[in-house]
Amino acid sequence: MIDSILDDFFWRALIGGLGVAIIAGPLGCFVVWRRMAYFGDTLAHSALLGVALGTLFHVDLNLSIALVCVLLALVLVALSRQQSLASDTLLGILSHSSLAIGLVALSLMGEVRIDLSGYLFGDLLAISRHDLLWIAAGGTLVLGLLVWLWKGLLMTTIHEELAQVEGYSVSGLRLALMLMFSLVIAVAMKVVGVLLITALLIIPAATARPLTRTPESMALVASLLGMVAVASGLSLSWFSDSAAGPSVVLCAFVLFLLVWITRGHQAR
Amino acid sequence: MSEPVIALHDIHVQFSGPPVLQNVSLALHPNDIVTIIGPNGAGKTTLVKVLLGITKADAGRVRRKRGLRIGYVPQQLNLQPTLPLTVERFLRLAGAEPQSIAHTLERTGVAHLQQNSIHHLSGGEMQRVLLARALLRRPHLLVLDEPAQGVDINGQAALYELIRDLRQELGCAVLMVSHDLHLVMASTDQVICLNRHICCQGQPERIASDPAFTAMFGDRLASSVAVYHHQHNHDHDLHGNPVLPHDHTHDHPHDAPHNAPHDDKGCQSP
Repeated sequence: MIDSILDDFFWRALIGGLGVAIIAGPLGCFVVWRRMAYFGDTLAHSALLGVALGTLFHVDLNLSIALVCVLLALVLVALSRQQSLASDTLLGILSHSSLAIGLVALSLMGEVRIDLSGYLFGDLLAISRHDLLWIAAGGTLVLGLLVWLWKGLLMTTIHEELAQVEGYSVSGLRLALMLMFSLVIAVAMKVVGVLLITALLIIPAATARPLTRTPESMALVASLLGMVAVASGLSLSWFSDSAAGPSVVLCAFVLFLLVWITRGHQAR
Repeated sequence: MSEPVIALHDIHVQFSGPPVLQNVSLALHPNDIVTIIGPNGAGKTTLVKVLLGITKADAGRVRRKRGLRIGYVPQQLNLQPTLPLTVERFLRLAGAEPQSIAHTLERTGVAHLQQNSIHHLSGGEMQRVLLARALLRRPHLLVLDEPAQGVDINGQAALYELIRDLRQELGCAVLMVSHDLHLVMASTDQVICLNRHICCQGQPERIASDPAFTAMFGDRLASSVAVYHHQHNHDHDLHGNPVLPHDHTHDHPHDAPHNAPHDDKGCQSP
């Protein structure tokens, strides 16, 4: 029964998309709360470099993407400590440079045929059983980490020094958050592609804001909204033959508009 | 004198550039209120960070009492409005039970705000919520960085008075950083004038006439700091005008305590 469901590409796409939406919800909240949207973009763009390197060295693509993201995250954290460049300048440079390096590297590998638009905008309908396994494993790990570290992550988001005085390891928690981002980017790339990953993170979170009064409910509602966006985006793609990744983001945006037009004034 | 809760010996801190702190030594004892004053860039914040263990000193020793619990009241939270947070949820992050949260909020005078969003608090309300959060940790040492910032002048006096009372109840040491001289001088046991090194320290009355203090704050300002002791010998009417205790609307005998019950409607409204 499960086997026959997984044989159908539409069901695989739906299950994979829902899985990514579940973890993107709470992580997206941290992106919004900590104003890391640009940071997420930079990490996501570097995923293309991960694809190039993975193809070159015949490493599992999910793994190579995650590794490149983690490496770049570490570099970013190290660079942001020295303050000769404003952080948005630094992120702007690295974001577009890593995208360019990835594109150039991919085009240099002439003998390998690569579906570039699939990597840029997602290829949800081509999700394989292997990808589903990655989503399940990565998703479980990220959710586990989130539950385990939730209080500390929240405290460092509210006030780093207060958290430090109360005994939380600020740098350790930041590292854990980077690791989770990298994992999510690696598994979400298949769904919406490098250019749209940030959208899947921040739009459901921003939509959830006026509907909720506690951080936990905002994370939960963001997950649910993400799932609704995936399901309706996939249906839109099915019936109108539009690209799946952008359709999902479009549906997320429509939800965002609906909520902010009707409830935006209630953002408390 | 009892054992200090925390003691700094010859602390030296230097980032890139000239030293930020030089040869700073101080000890905080239970029940003491110590206030650090000094101009901008004097290293007040750095000194607090060394005390809190956030910044490591380049030289010198920090000795903490075993199991020292610090209650820290930061200047402000700088919260993103996108993070939905009620006062109660914020205090529960300190690991407190709802019951003790209600009790502590009552003690700091903001019990009515328990279910409110933390984003719509006034400066004074926020300070009292932050203070409650620090108290929930049952601190041996309370550290307040510019507690009166963003609080109106009446609120400031009341806030300092609350801090004094809490010190009495908890028996904890209190360290404050401030640059508003008048109220601080009245609400502290000891003043430390900091300008990269400790210029002078002692009881507020003595400090006010110290040449180092005059040099730091200028002749005119320093001499204007007659130590202002806030006393509840009057109330304010709705226009902010003081209503003196011997106002004719008071009808209790002169030898009765001022706060003895009496029918003083005249005090409440003009």
